[in-house]
Amino acid sequence: MLCKRIIPCLDVKDGRVVKGTNFINLIDAGSPVELAERYSKEGADELVFLDITASSEKRKTLVELVKDVAKAIRIPFTVGGGISELSDIELLLKAGADKVSLNSSIVKNPELITKASRQFGSQAVVAAIDVKYNGTEYKVYIKGGREETDLIGMEWCKRVAELGAGEILLTSMDRDGTKEGYDLKFLKELSSVVSVPVIASGGAGKKEDFLSAFKDANVDACLAASLFHFNILPIKDLKYYLKENNVAVRI
Amino acid sequence: MIALIDYGSGNVASVVNALTELKEEFKVTNNEVEICKADKIIFPGVGEASFAIRQLHMLNLFSALRMIKKPMLGICLGLQLMADHSTEGNVACLGIFRVNVEKFDPAKTKVPHMGWNDIQIKSSSKLFNGIESGERFYFANSFYIPVNVCTTAVTDNNGTLFSSAMEKENFYGVQFHPEKSGDAGLRLIKNFIELC
Repeated sequence: MLCKRIIPCLDVKDGRVVKGTNFINLIDAGSPVELAERYSKEGADELVFLDITASSEKRKTLVELVKDVAKAIRIPFTVGGGISELSDIELLLKAGADKVSLNSSIVKNPELITKASRQFGSQAVVAAIDVKYNGTEYKVYIKGGREETDLIGMEWCKRVAELGAGEILLTSMDRDGTKEGYDLKFLKELSSVVSVPVIASGGAGKKEDFLSAFKDANVDACLAASLFHFNILPIKDLKYYLKENNVAVRI
Repeated sequence: MIALIDYGSGNVASVVNALTELKEEFKVTNNEVEICKADKIIFPGVGEASFAIRQLHMLNLFSALRMIKKPMLGICLGLQLMADHSTEGNVACLGIFRVNVEKFDPAKTKVPHMGWNDIQIKSSSKLFNGIESGERFYFANSFYIPVNVCTTAVTDNNGTLFSSAMEKENFYGVQFHPEKSGDAGLRLIKNFIELC
């Protein structure tokens, strides 16, 4: 039986992992390789690295990071953050990343999804989608949540799946950082309308939030950052809890 | 010497890293002579089947791989390319395993089949030395090979049983990514190198 996945997310700036709230008050949290090894040992099923470097050296440092991480761990990992060219995707996958996550670039250029999945396989292409509820509907945001688009959340999710994305990483901006739980309503509908795997993101605050995302919203994977970084919820404890509650997990 | 075939389909970096960790001697190559001279061959692959087969033809490897007498391990797409035919791009493959590659039905299950799943060992294989039935490996596949006479392990994707490992004479194949499957994956690669 296919296991549900637990995925720690690491924000990376200039080749170092940073911790902070909403990109503010960033503190250095150490080397990506050391953290990747730690999470891998603790039982993470995959890792996501999100590069928030703004400098022109971005691509170079990201490729180096991918090479180092790929040497250190034997579990799959995804890289994302400002990737907009097929050539960049190729560099990152060749350096050892298993998947790339695409966000703002595919809103501007949806064809990139199709081209990337044809060339590298859909399993390598994760569509990262940030949504925010405005009282009547879920709108898609880009550029790290700074810019609202005209796209409706559920419609855009269906579209990226049709275009060839192999997974959808759905972040609820309303829940992100709140620790009030994942947006189960949106995620449940999403899981039922697309046939690609869905990764829930934004809002995890306790182990029960993961259980309801898997059981009630039927997502395939749950992503979290601060809960794991600050060791509030050790991955091992979370997995034993899920197993006791009849969720198939890898222990 | 192990030949790790790089035919431009998918990344070989992860397999390189795994072999390096195992301290094995290997050469990344797409040269027919080097591949034929190697003691063992690893045939990885991610990506699209018809593109990959085209690459094999262009590199003049298609016939060589069919005729090879040394132990060869196909990984993921590598395994699928060893079948007769793939529905992915409707392409004739190497014809080592007399079976066709099918697509998972999106009405029955999530596609791609992505993540850690268990294998159930159906017949003993040197590949599984020290690996028990129920061990979990990392998969990322939209297509699969149905259970057939060469199947040595099966995996269940929400009701669809498929071949997660196959074997015939000197040919071995796994649908999962041993190079991405932690210690059990490294063990399987080591078994291939030392025992097969």
